[in-house]
Amino acid sequence: MPVITYREAIRHALTEELERDSNVVVMGEEVGQFNGAYKVTEGLLAKFGPQRVVDTPISEAGFIGLGVGASMLGIRPVMELMFWSFYSVAFDQILNNAANVRYMSGGLINCPIVIRGPANGGTNVGATHSHTPENVLANHPGVKVVVPATPADAKGLLKSAIRDNDPVMFLENTILYGEKGEVPEGEHLVPLGVADVKRTGTDLTIVTYGRSVLHSLAAAERLQQEHGKSVEVVDLRTIRPLDINTVLASVAKTHRVLIVEEQKPFASVGSQLAYMIQREAFDELDAPIHRVTTVDAPAIYSPPVEIEQLPNPQRVYQGALEALG
Amino acid sequence: MTKKTSASADKKADESVSALSPSTKAPVNAKLSKDERIDLYRTMLRIRRFEERSLRAYQAKKIGGFLHLYIGQEAVAVGCCSLMGKDDHVITAYRDHGHAIAVGMGLNELMAELFGKATGCSKGKGGSMHYFAPDRNYWGGHGIVGGQVPLGTGLAYALKYKGLKGAAMAFMGDGAVNQGAVHEAYNLASLWQLPVVFVIENNGYSMGTSQRRSSAGELAQRAEAYDMAWGTCNGHDLYEVRETMDRFLKAAREASKPAIVEIRTYRYRGHSVADPDNTYRSKAEIEDYRRTKDPIQLFQNQLMAEGVLNDALIEQIDQAARLEADQAADFAEASPFPTVEDLQRDVYWEADHPSERKSGGRLFFN
Repeated sequence: MPVITYREAIRHALTEELERDSNVVVMGEEVGQFNGAYKVTEGLLAKFGPQRVVDTPISEAGFIGLGVGASMLGIRPVMELMFWSFYSVAFDQILNNAANVRYMSGGLINCPIVIRGPANGGTNVGATHSHTPENVLANHPGVKVVVPATPADAKGLLKSAIRDNDPVMFLENTILYGEKGEVPEGEHLVPLGVADVKRTGTDLTIVTYGRSVLHSLAAAERLQQEHGKSVEVVDLRTIRPLDINTVLASVAKTHRVLIVEEQKPFASVGSQLAYMIQREAFDELDAPIHRVTTVDAPAIYSPPVEIEQLPNPQRVYQGALEALG
Repeated sequence: MTKKTSASADKKADESVSALSPSTKAPVNAKLSKDERIDLYRTMLRIRRFEERSLRAYQAKKIGGFLHLYIGQEAVAVGCCSLMGKDDHVITAYRDHGHAIAVGMGLNELMAELFGKATGCSKGKGGSMHYFAPDRNYWGGHGIVGGQVPLGTGLAYALKYKGLKGAAMAFMGDGAVNQGAVHEAYNLASLWQLPVVFVIENNGYSMGTSQRRSSAGELAQRAEAYDMAWGTCNGHDLYEVRETMDRFLKAAREASKPAIVEIRTYRYRGHSVADPDNTYRSKAEIEDYRRTKDPIQLFQNQLMAEGVLNDALIEQIDQAARLEADQAADFAEASPFPTVEDLQRDVYWEADHPSERKSGGRLFFN
């Protein structure tokens, strides 16, 4: 199986879906002539032409709204946000229009749009460019929220997202773009809403997603080496729909839970997970649920301190030791 | 001229205001058959009677939330929507009842939606501000000022992408023109030469703030900054609305040229009917519009001068419209509310099509 980067995996998904369905259009700032701000869409304009790969002005509310309107008429736009942080200027288009139009029309209108781009801190770009809005997005019934951690998952989930008839918010990570992994060639679909156990274990369950999966796997390995602890890592892959059953099955095996997320702690994805685990697996728990989150402040610029603000292998390791009691 | 003017408004209108429309001879109007002219009149009257009946239902507390009535603006929606071909599309804001009736939605489903009933056009999930009929190329009915304008631009994008010779009409009020999303849509429409006509229904007031107090310069002229065509017209004159919009719609359909058209109109009721209406305009102003510019009265005068309408026919059309609106209220009253189980239907396509569902996991969290 070829080993390619997360960036290439997303590009393969886009290429294959552009080839498969003439209604798929890739649209966003710098996606065409510039070959993508993060080179995800490199080469797509040359291959598919300006009808299918469309450069937009810096105008997120305008072009995201345009994509939502076009999707109501059967186009399947895949919109790139250069950073998910910019969703705030298109909030009304995403979360009033895309999220609600099916409901408000009594089910008469579908909105098969994908909005994708990176949503992460850790690149020293400060508070305005480091938002992780998966909790905000998932708080809106009507949208789906996808957070791939590996190249294979990124490809398979994006292909599923493009074929989905509901609006899908697809959150990538600039730091993961260069990460490599085995990715199946051709038709490789990962269904939304199916978690993946990335490492099996018996002493502790780490529930996580996105880049934090990598930190969690590193911490799990160290815990095995240094303490002989067997840690299971559950990668959610999708926030909504949520595969809580895989989480609960792991909890029933390990009886201890650490949630790791690149989220501010207040009303985070982890808050919802902790609620559901205690509600549905209370008797399985041998200890309180623990959590490692982003330190609760706007994203700091200062590079060495930002590393400490975010989840990292050391913080996950410490959090796991506490959860293990 | 007849002495009967009951069809226009609750107040007696001034019959002296009966000069023929300067747009009478425009080809798009000249070609209308007698029956088509009567239909245009009937549709305006049906809108008014529907709105009047819904106001009574609102006052009787049968309707919740807001009720933004279209009374006074009927010639705008009817004039514009009467020009639609099979590939033309419409989207508007929350004052959306007139457009819904103009594209052919039934009064029963519209009134039932106001009553919050399961038989409503959106199954009671949208309400007054959120009417939709995609089968009639009517894409709402949107609650946030200006938020629908990018969507309308996207409809035009889809038409062009598919190679269809249609146009999208993206309606907004005069209060929407200062929203950023509207200007972003203007830019995209012109940059990509999309077949969209932005229609500003200027009723003079964005809620309780007059145009003079909220907008710098001429509203449609802002098109020049985006290298787009623009125009204005008298929204009290249905023929003039048709003549003006026909020109811009043709340019959109045939040459994919976007434009901004400001149609000057007036609403008789408050922004929403529960809003006070005495802080920003005078009763005399409203009365003057009713008396001298009522679009239904003016068109009635026009059609009587043309020999198309007569007293008996006016009375017949009016009685039928009143009866239809009353029956719609009866239908709404008799219809069931949606159930609590319906709350989580129509949220996700996948949840509503379980046999075709491809994803796993929970979609709902309660």
